[in-house]
Amino acid sequence: MEVKPFEAIVREHGAVVLRVCRAVLGPDDADDAWSDTFLAALRAYPSLDPDANVQAWLVTIAKRKAIDVHRSAARRPVPVPDLPEPARAEAPPGEHDGLWAALQTLPQRQREALAYHHLAGMPFAQVAVLLESTETAIRRAASDGMKKLRTLDAEDLR
Amino acid sequence: MTTETLEAALGAGEDAALADLHSRLAAAAAKENLLDVAYTVTGSPVGELLLAATPEGLVRVAFGVEGHDAVLARLAETISPRILEAPERLADPVRQLREYFAGTRKRFDLPLDLRLATGFRRTVVEHLRDVGYGSTVSYAGLAALSGSPGAVRAAGTACARNPLPVVVPCHRVVRSDGKIGNYLGGSGAKATLLEMEAAA
Repeated sequence: MEVKPFEAIVREHGAVVLRVCRAVLGPDDADDAWSDTFLAALRAYPSLDPDANVQAWLVTIAKRKAIDVHRSAARRPVPVPDLPEPARAEAPPGEHDGLWAALQTLPQRQREALAYHHLAGMPFAQVAVLLESTETAIRRAASDGMKKLRTLDAEDLR
Repeated sequence: MTTETLEAALGAGEDAALADLHSRLAAAAAKENLLDVAYTVTGSPVGELLLAATPEGLVRVAFGVEGHDAVLARLAETISPRILEAPERLADPVRQLREYFAGTRKRFDLPLDLRLATGFRRTVVEHLRDVGYGSTVSYAGLAALSGSPGAVRAAGTACARNPLPVVVPCHRVVRSDGKIGNYLGGSGAKATLLEMEAAA
């Protein structure tokens, strides 16, 4: 079994991992999680089983890195309130700002379920293992999250 | 609301973000000693050249006709799969090649990693570096230079498998009957290089 140059892995899976990180963490912390994920993946890559599902492997690393980034973000001092709001400038530009904002109002679990199932294409059973939950709970979280986004979609988006 | 809408929303501005993240990754990987092979592709009068370097030095120059993807796949197998496109490490080789093709550089002054040429091939490659700009040598002459006058065919093979063409000038080795001989980059590329050097 041929081992691809790591560059090919970044090109093939970089976008999906970024979307997953953005969905789980929001735009500000997603870049750090992406960087940590691919650096860790590069380190471990030579010993990866050539038959492994590379995307699932990356998403699992991303999940761990998201927790790390989340923790260190929690330790960061709260921004001074009277400064102008910077988050807007860092959010990806586009016509989907409403949906982007809506996503961030979802509970963590629903965002994770959406990210790992709908964006990364993992089966619910696998997402359940990743999130240490049950398939039924994950299925419901994803469906509730989708429903809520759909409501907001009708309101805010055309 | 569909998965596609969600993907579109989260993918907004993604190309620019990914390009930026990619260069951050390459820099971090180099810093952590995880970038075993860095590569870039540069244009030249003999087509697009793939340049690859390990931390020790330039390890591979490849012509387009060799298939850059195939060359990278072989590097993943023979050196390490920790390969990223990282032009920073190749800045010096790119600059010197540009000078060479502009006619202002007669000798490359670069750290080379010759690990892809072993045994007699390595000896030949090392002696090839002594064949000066604008001059040529026959395969028999090269075999003699390499200390094995009888190994003409092996010297030819060593040229054909030179991991660092252009920089290690196997294009300066020609047939003793005056014909130009084969070349990794095609005989057209060989003729271009020889004409360019003769004119300078």
